[in-house]
Amino acid sequence: MAEKGGDRDPEGDEAIGLRERAARAAVQRQAWSVGVATGAYGISFGALSVASGLDVWQTVALSALMFTGGSQFAFVGVIGAGGTGLAAIATSTLLGIRNGLYGLQVSEFLGTRGAARAVAAQLTIDESTAVGIAQEADHHRRQGFWTTGWAVYLFWNAFTLAGAVLGNTLGDPRRWGLDAAAAAAFVALLWPRLKGRDAAGTAAVAVVLTVVVAPVAPAGVPVLVAALAAVVVGLWPGQGGRPGQGGRT
Amino acid sequence: MSLWVAVLLACALAYLTKLAGHLVPPGKLEGRRVRRVTGLLPVALLTSLVVVQTFAATGGGLTLDARVVGLGAAIVALTLRAPFIVVVAVGAAVAAGLRAFGWS
Repeated sequence: MAEKGGDRDPEGDEAIGLRERAARAAVQRQAWSVGVATGAYGISFGALSVASGLDVWQTVALSALMFTGGSQFAFVGVIGAGGTGLAAIATSTLLGIRNGLYGLQVSEFLGTRGAARAVAAQLTIDESTAVGIAQEADHHRRQGFWTTGWAVYLFWNAFTLAGAVLGNTLGDPRRWGLDAAAAAAFVALLWPRLKGRDAAGTAAVAVVLTVVVAPVAPAGVPVLVAALAAVVVGLWPGQGGRPGQGGRT
Repeated sequence: MSLWVAVLLACALAYLTKLAGHLVPPGKLEGRRVRRVTGLLPVALLTSLVVVQTFAATGGGLTLDARVVGLGAAIVALTLRAPFIVVVAVGAAVAAGLRAFGWS
């Protein structure tokens, strides 16, 4: 924000009012642009989900009820690869654990109770948490969290439906490269998290575990075995940098 | 387990995980090691999903086909700071293009 000289001018209250209005508008802009950008890739989730064998309503249910992109992509990825429902549930749940940690962080400034807390929990995802905690004042943090959460929810669900309907009309998903689109989606989700030695080491161990286990285990199991990479590297003695916090889902 | 049951169970668990974070009193679960492992969990799972999604053969085992070139193109797009939707579209388009020219 531009630093205006003369903080203690006679029109102090008015200046603060203007500054506050500008700050609120800035949070609002940030929240909606994140909402639109994130929501738009709901279209790829919708298309991939029906290509993986879910119907339109199962796809819509995942976006409305699960509402955490990484877990949703993982769920349909495991199903599409022929994995069992149990493997799909386990994978999506493990990927969603970070949302619980976000809940710990955001509940400190949200101060919600009862029904509001139940709604806040559903909106607790990468984007709402990131925009929320990026603000300095608590009331801006609340505004950032709620506006981003609702904006992503709105666009994510609308674009999911569009993608699912569109995907249903496409026919053979391989002809359109939708199987490669799933790989691209996962690598795009992974990319911002690959910061620091810990993350790189975890990724390397995960590759080895997957390649070793995949030929001998049923679909869906290799991903769960690869989760051990996080345990091995995370419990490894030593300093280790902080794991990448950025990222979207 | 029917697919619907799996969908709804997974959704319920996702919600309960989110809610748990809001209900746990501050100061719990703050162990450094726990945070480190949970912070790295998405990296491990997403990396594995990239490998499976790129190399898994329909009948089990691993194989090389147009997907690996699509993945390479997606990574190039990421290094050029392309937004998510563009990365996904590039991956799909490259694989679809190769298949249109007859390479599986």
